[in-house]
Amino acid sequence: MKSLVNDKPNLFNIFYLEAKTETLRLFRTPGFSIPTLLFPIMFYTFFGIVFSMNPATMPTYLMITYAVFGVIGPALFSFGVGIAIERGQGWFDLKEVSPMPASAYIVSRVSLTFIFASLIILLLFAIGAMFGDVRLMRWQWIALALIFVLGSLPFCAIGMTLGLYLKSNSAPATVNLIYLPMGFLSGLWLPINFLPEIMQQFANLLPPYHLAQLALKITDMDLGFPVALHVSVLAAYTLLFMFLATKAYHKKDKQ
Amino acid sequence: MKTSQNEPIASIRGVTKRFDDKLVLNNVDLDLFEGEVLSVLGPNGAGKTTLISTMLGRLSLDSGDISLFGNRPGALEVKRQCGAMLQVSGLPDMSTIKEHITLFQSYYVNPMDYDLVMAFSGLKDIENQYSKTLSGGQKQRLLFALAICGNPKLLFLDEPTVGMDITARKSLWEAIEKLKSQGTSILLTTHYLEEADQLSDRVIMLNRGNIVREGSPEQIKSQINTKKIRFNSTETIAAFSQLETVAKVSQVARNNPNEDGSCYFELESACAEKTMAEIFDKQLKLRDLTIIGAALEDAFELINNEDSLQHNRLSE
Repeated sequence: MKSLVNDKPNLFNIFYLEAKTETLRLFRTPGFSIPTLLFPIMFYTFFGIVFSMNPATMPTYLMITYAVFGVIGPALFSFGVGIAIERGQGWFDLKEVSPMPASAYIVSRVSLTFIFASLIILLLFAIGAMFGDVRLMRWQWIALALIFVLGSLPFCAIGMTLGLYLKSNSAPATVNLIYLPMGFLSGLWLPINFLPEIMQQFANLLPPYHLAQLALKITDMDLGFPVALHVSVLAAYTLLFMFLATKAYHKKDKQ
Repeated sequence: MKTSQNEPIASIRGVTKRFDDKLVLNNVDLDLFEGEVLSVLGPNGAGKTTLISTMLGRLSLDSGDISLFGNRPGALEVKRQCGAMLQVSGLPDMSTIKEHITLFQSYYVNPMDYDLVMAFSGLKDIENQYSKTLSGGQKQRLLFALAICGNPKLLFLDEPTVGMDITARKSLWEAIEKLKSQGTSILLTTHYLEEADQLSDRVIMLNRGNIVREGSPEQIKSQINTKKIRFNSTETIAAFSQLETVAKVSQVARNNPNEDGSCYFELESACAEKTMAEIFDKQLKLRDLTIIGAALEDAFELINNEDSLQHNRLSE
């Protein structure tokens, strides 16, 4: 048998090209970029600014919760729907048998999620500051932006798992069926204390609720539960879904 | 280049694979050597794609062993020596041909020069087009470009010319010949027997997961010794079917005879010389005579029929 040369290609170059190709592709796909960018902005402008019930706190509160809603979108859709469709086409199989390191696939989509998340955050901050009269300290703006961007990670893991299990034709509908109700029940559209007690209890199980509470802590608008609780729930979700995704990825004989 | 001609770069030993209860590969043994083009032929469901999938490490084996470059299939070090063209129904729409190829090249240690990839695939003029706008044949050429862009030592081509017109097909054949002459080993599945006939050093025929024949295209063709005799004649079909050495007579375009009432006939004969002697003895008049040897297609049909008969007999 001939032995193999153990040279390796430049991993960072692969990461860079993979992320660049994927990001360019999605910016050129209006079906992805327009709803992802526009929905959180549109909802926030309606409910947070134009029809705001309490102009003193509402624009700030909803800017934060719609930012959470906004960053979950690209995470769930680029991973969940993207992978499911590529699997349906056989393109994912081709990537899988190519020497692409599996890490490149994940790194590229996480970077892409971060880029879209940052854009959504910037737009929401700008609208909040200009039209909603949102006034925050500089550290608060920065802390919020960091929480939102990093907070998209558990949803990347969830999206990846969905993408690896769902069928391509049902993936968009299924992801929407998870995304929208989960956002509402986590208090992202309306403040959580507007919801009945039982629904507030249920929200404890949902990761967007915990991400929103974590962010609302920065402006002292949260319900007052410890940071550790929110962080551990988010971490637990991330680990659980990373495990499920790894299992699905390494499963052979998948069809 | 061919220093290790006797050492296989890929070897398959006793591989058996079932999907649920269906036996898809049955105790398959196969070696692939450097610089060799091996075609896997067989009807739909014969196990061709499954064979490739097992070699790419995408399927678990029920029994047996596969080794590529002395390593297990699916290992990253193995993948870096391989290129694959699979049956893909769609590619990411909004990336250009150039972006796709540049990305795939980055996965390999010594990728093929970009201009050379373009020359092999004939995509230079449309390198900045989004894959969304490509025709079926152009998509196939892009998939071929992605398979070869890493300078692979081993190339898997699963039905590479499906959806290609004859010009595109011929230019792909040319590319395969060139890659082969550079020492690339190629495993090819195809429905087009002409393709296998022209390109392969060796052919295996799969049927129901079994290798039913193995050999060079010439060896396989020589296993059937019938010849086809074609000509134009005003005689009736009965005149030819009475000949002793003729196995089968068919009248070509029966409903559309020429003005003088003549028709084209095709005779199959195990001994063309004797048949011709018979025809001349009986003074049957012929025009436009051709005698041709069996094509791989005929061998294929015959072997599959034999195999199916045997299979039916066994299951009775």
